Amino acid sequence: MTKLSTSSNFAKPDDAFRMILEAHRGLEDHASHALDTALVLILANHIGDLDVLRDAIELAKQSADKA
Amino acid sequence: MNAVRQFGYLRHPDQDRVRSRAAHHDVVVVGAGPIGLSLAIDLAQRGQRVVLLDDADRIGEGSRAICFSKRSLEYWDRLGVGQRMVDKGVVWKVGKIFARDALLYQFDLLPEPGHKRPAFINLQQYYAESYLADRTAELPSIDLRWSNKVTALERHNDHCALTIETPDGPYSVNASYVVACDGARSALRGMVGADFEGQAFEDQFLIADVKMTAAFPTERWFWFDPPFHSGRSALLHRQPDDVWRIDLQLSRDADPAVERQPENVRPRIERMLGHGDFEFEWISVYRFHCRRMRRFVHDRVIFAGDSAHQVSPFGARGANSGLEDAENLAWKLALVLRGVAPETLIESYNTERSAAADENIRESTRSTDFMAPATAQEARMRQAVLALAKDTEFAKRMVNGGRLSVPSVYETPLSTPDAEQWNAGPRPGSSLIDAPLTDGDKDIYLSAAFAENRDGFALLEFANGASVEVGANVRRIRIGGDGLADHEGLAMKRYDATPGTVYLLRPDGYVAARFRHPSKDRVAAALARANGLQ
Repeated sequence: MTKLSTSSNFAKPDDAFRMILEAHRGLEDHASHALDTALVLILANHIGDLDVLRDAIELAKQSADKA
Repeated sequence: MNAVRQFGYLRHPDQDRVRSRAAHHDVVVVGAGPIGLSLAIDLAQRGQRVVLLDDADRIGEGSRAICFSKRSLEYWDRLGVGQRMVDKGVVWKVGKIFARDALLYQFDLLPEPGHKRPAFINLQQYYAESYLADRTAELPSIDLRWSNKVTALERHNDHCALTIETPDGPYSVNASYVVACDGARSALRGMVGADFEGQAFEDQFLIADVKMTAAFPTERWFWFDPPFHSGRSALLHRQPDDVWRIDLQLSRDADPAVERQPENVRPRIERMLGHGDFEFEWISVYRFHCRRMRRFVHDRVIFAGDSAHQVSPFGARGANSGLEDAENLAWKLALVLRGVAPETLIESYNTERSAAADENIRESTRSTDFMAPATAQEARMRQAVLALAKDTEFAKRMVNGGRLSVPSVYETPLSTPDAEQWNAGPRPGSSLIDAPLTDGDKDIYLSAAFAENRDGFALLEFANGASVEVGANVRRIRIGGDGLADHEGLAMKRYDATPGTVYLLRPDGYVAARFRHPSKDRVAAALARANGLQ
């Protein structure tokens, strides 16, 4: 069973953060939601591992509760 | 509006008996729908006498179930009615899914050749019931009583007492076992005090079966948000006699009494077809449930089909799963009544078929949630999938316009786990896979060879010298050597077989065990286990 990786995987994490941010820049909320939703599905399929996905959802839920 | 077949009520000598001397029967099946009829035929073919009761005296109230699966057809082959169903039915295997007016995705439910039966046929339920009723008439051990309505049930340790209302007044019979195949609104379910557990869906759907000549191909067409029915889903499917099933999603708050009026349905169908050249066969507005009884076996009262579990119609999982129930139960009940197997064998029916019901409910719920998103985010997810599906394979596979019925795989105490290396083939708990064979110069499918073994277990052996010894009540299907020839090698391949490989098949066509190197003792142990004699 593969574990969800939470260590830093990008050489320059700022680049990744910036890339997602820029993708949303100038979008209305509904378009941003649509973009995120498509992105989640694309990335989930790329990961292709239900256990990793489950852990990712769990972590996201925890962090959303704290926010 | 459509074919109705009338049957006659006949007074039976049981009705002349006073209650204290009521007739005793081994099995009373309640409900002569497709499940009850099939179960009665199956039991009769296993040498069991059956009383089959139905509260009506006719069949043919609307088309209702129309999709019958390959597995159901293979079952009906074993009951002697498969060919008649296929001859009348419309054979199909391709489904297409459209988003707005563009084809998004297409699936083939049986892409490989070498199977006797197609993936599906469409056939109005009343034809299926009518052919099954004809078959019951050929079996003297079936006592089919129309206009016999069960009004009370008393449960005792070793039998049940039924009170039955007829046009001549009530009478009583006793039964060792009662099987309730009396449908979604099962009266017997109330009589044992059991209820349903599950989810009700608020979405409403309109079914219109229309008669017309049309050039649409014989495929299952499903639309999300089509131009003719904006924002909702639609389904088009062909039936025999130039009848087409149209299923349109309605809004949650639609008034069913208004929506089912032909003058209100007509413009919807005209928008879809682009013309008004059709007649209505049947109109129905429905909501559905995905739910099941917690237990299908209540001592001596056993539930099968819609009485035990219900799903949405979008996976053809209603009637087909009910037929799987019937096939799963018939051999077990026959063995228990014959005293060959312990009563606990019936419990495996509960184990196997309630797991199957869970699977059907899960699949059906997922389809429904995809078709009718409950929240704004669910709607966005669906929208994202539909949009991505135009260009990506992964999203096409997520588009859910109904996942069609396939036989369940059972995790069951009746199976003997694999002890050897297998790379393919049906594992224990799976349904047999068909393959083309020849018997001398005659073509015969494996499913047909199995259908000839109506009674009891069968040993499917891939010849390698002498056969393994088993009891006299186990039939053999021998492939290779002096047995059936597997010229195309498909049986060998589909069963991951090598010379000497043996599969032990249950009477319902499920694999109980398989061996690379069978010994008499190993096969005997697997057989005992599959009979519930641990």
